[in-house]
Amino acid sequence: MTDRVRTYDTDVLIIGGGLAGCWTAISARRAGVRAIVAEKGYCGTSGVAASAGPGHWFVPPEARLREEAIARRMAGAQGLGDARWMERIIDRTYRTLPDIGTHYHYTPDDSGAVRRHALRGPEYLRALREKALAAGAVLLDHSPALQLLGHRDGRVSGAQGVSRQGDGDEWLVRAGAVVLATGGCAFRSHLLGGSNNTGDGLLMAVEAGAALSGMEFSSFFTVAPANTPLSRAMIFSFARYYDTQGREIAKPAAPNDHSAIAVALQGGPVLCDLSATPEIVRRQLPQISPNVTLTFRRLGIDPFTQRFPISLLGEGTIRGVGGVRVTGEDAGTDVPGLYVAGDVASREPVTGPVTGGGAVNAAWALASGCIAAEAAARSALENPLDQRSILEPLGDAGLSTRRDRTNSSTTRSAFANTLSKGPTRPDASASSEVEIVLREEMLSPTRQYFRNADTLAAASARLSAAWGALRDATPPSAGPRERQRFRELAAMTATARWCTASAAARTESLGMHRRTDSSTNGSDVPAYVISGGADTVWTRRQAAGTVS
Amino acid sequence: MITSLDTERCTACNQCVATCPRDVFEKTEHIPTIARPQDCQTCFLCELYCTADALFVHPEAEPAMAARLTPSDITPLLGEYRRESGWDEWSENPRYANQHWRMEDVFRLARDG
Repeated sequence: MTDRVRTYDTDVLIIGGGLAGCWTAISARRAGVRAIVAEKGYCGTSGVAASAGPGHWFVPPEARLREEAIARRMAGAQGLGDARWMERIIDRTYRTLPDIGTHYHYTPDDSGAVRRHALRGPEYLRALREKALAAGAVLLDHSPALQLLGHRDGRVSGAQGVSRQGDGDEWLVRAGAVVLATGGCAFRSHLLGGSNNTGDGLLMAVEAGAALSGMEFSSFFTVAPANTPLSRAMIFSFARYYDTQGREIAKPAAPNDHSAIAVALQGGPVLCDLSATPEIVRRQLPQISPNVTLTFRRLGIDPFTQRFPISLLGEGTIRGVGGVRVTGEDAGTDVPGLYVAGDVASREPVTGPVTGGGAVNAAWALASGCIAAEAAARSALENPLDQRSILEPLGDAGLSTRRDRTNSSTTRSAFANTLSKGPTRPDASASSEVEIVLREEMLSPTRQYFRNADTLAAASARLSAAWGALRDATPPSAGPRERQRFRELAAMTATARWCTASAAARTESLGMHRRTDSSTNGSDVPAYVISGGADTVWTRRQAAGTVS
Repeated sequence: MITSLDTERCTACNQCVATCPRDVFEKTEHIPTIARPQDCQTCFLCELYCTADALFVHPEAEPAMAARLTPSDITPLLGEYRRESGWDEWSENPRYANQHWRMEDVFRLARDG
């Protein structure tokens, strides 16, 4: 750390200021404690919700309605769901979401009713920022966190990171408790609003000693017009797709399964036909999703009369499921003082092995944020941080400041050879090689849709080499943006390794996880695949419904 | 990817510098610059926060197609996202009212016909 470090003391530090982080901050303030949000980008535009349109799982408090809603989700969860968590997030969301009405301007529907659960992303996140500020939360924008800080009593007690703007190079927050709300990881797929979602929180959690769960449920792809990030699902609900020979591609057996498109894309461009879109929807579209209409206008495509090429964008763990394992009803983790909210957490309790989509994931983000905030606030009050206590960084992957050139050039050379038989490269080039490996392994729709032991073993070897190279690489400059970039690469690589190892450990197909080398679908005893470890990745199966 | 910043429209309010989630813009003594276009995630959100309507983001994530656009292609499109979203001076115009609530009805229509 240099001498240009801005330091702060607080009760609850929230890392990530998207949908989950904002609700966490608002709830922490409501619980009467100090709250700081450290956001990589700008709280209000950052995170995948900001450019989307999250509905929320929103069920009125009538016993029959809630029982039916939970029963449907429990069936889809195939033994991995937890009805108590579902009940908890439905109830929290229903009670809390209307509070945003102080800052969000709702337009009533045609009957004059206000649909509280349907919020458009840019306006929702703008409102959440204003609400968090009005509640007295401190927002640190453009302040990516790089490392958690630990107290010698074993508690997570803050974090440090870099400042991309402003008068300091680095920041350090000492906190009574920390909530990770860093989102899922989409491996830089160009998913709309997803470029900041690089798995930072997953890496920080594992370095602190937390375990992950459900990382094999990360094989999810969304259709978008070719070369664009426009992963907005609504308009594609009327789509028909044609392969390069003009043959219509069969509709998927399960919603969201685009594996047939993935196969067709290997043969050449796949074209989308939206001519079945009803006239009324075409007229309404600009007022529902203005970013969809402007995309087609700027591409020079009339999507309702012209077929256009599409691509599949990897969602990783965003519309996937896996993340930090929640160990109790308080959204806590295996590590004291560390809590999780939103997509950084495994959503298996509320979705099982299938996607939560926008509605369940948004409700989970809101509700887990509220729950984590209250637990973190209690924990901070019970364990006040002594001003004099010494805090240590809990991990440093991708942040090496070692100048042991012999050692790191050996690693680099081995890595370069693994990939391209090339000569020893400078670290900047090693980092772009890592980007290529991540893209080829994690963003290839066929690789992810059709997994088997051989492809997973090959992926695992390449990703291990990438990790080894990054682990000891020194960023070409010590500037805040370079350090952040290397740390993000390390986080994405680590996340890819947990996804791959978990996919190898689950030898049967289940939900979105498909094994081409297994004839069984599901297992007799529903089980979670737990994973962790930074340098040495491990997995273990744990029967659902058992503890530890 | 971010394509252009109209230097005549820009008022140097620096809102884009603050609100871009990817830290693409850089403050200068005059108007901001597009300092890191390769970091742009094509989310269009800078356009919403630019009350001067000076910014244009092309929907392709790579700059190939955008490079062929001329100012006369771009100028008529400036400000359309902010207007169609009903932000700021457009907030009272019913034509641009936020009808996001229709989304679930559209999904239902697609599913059930």
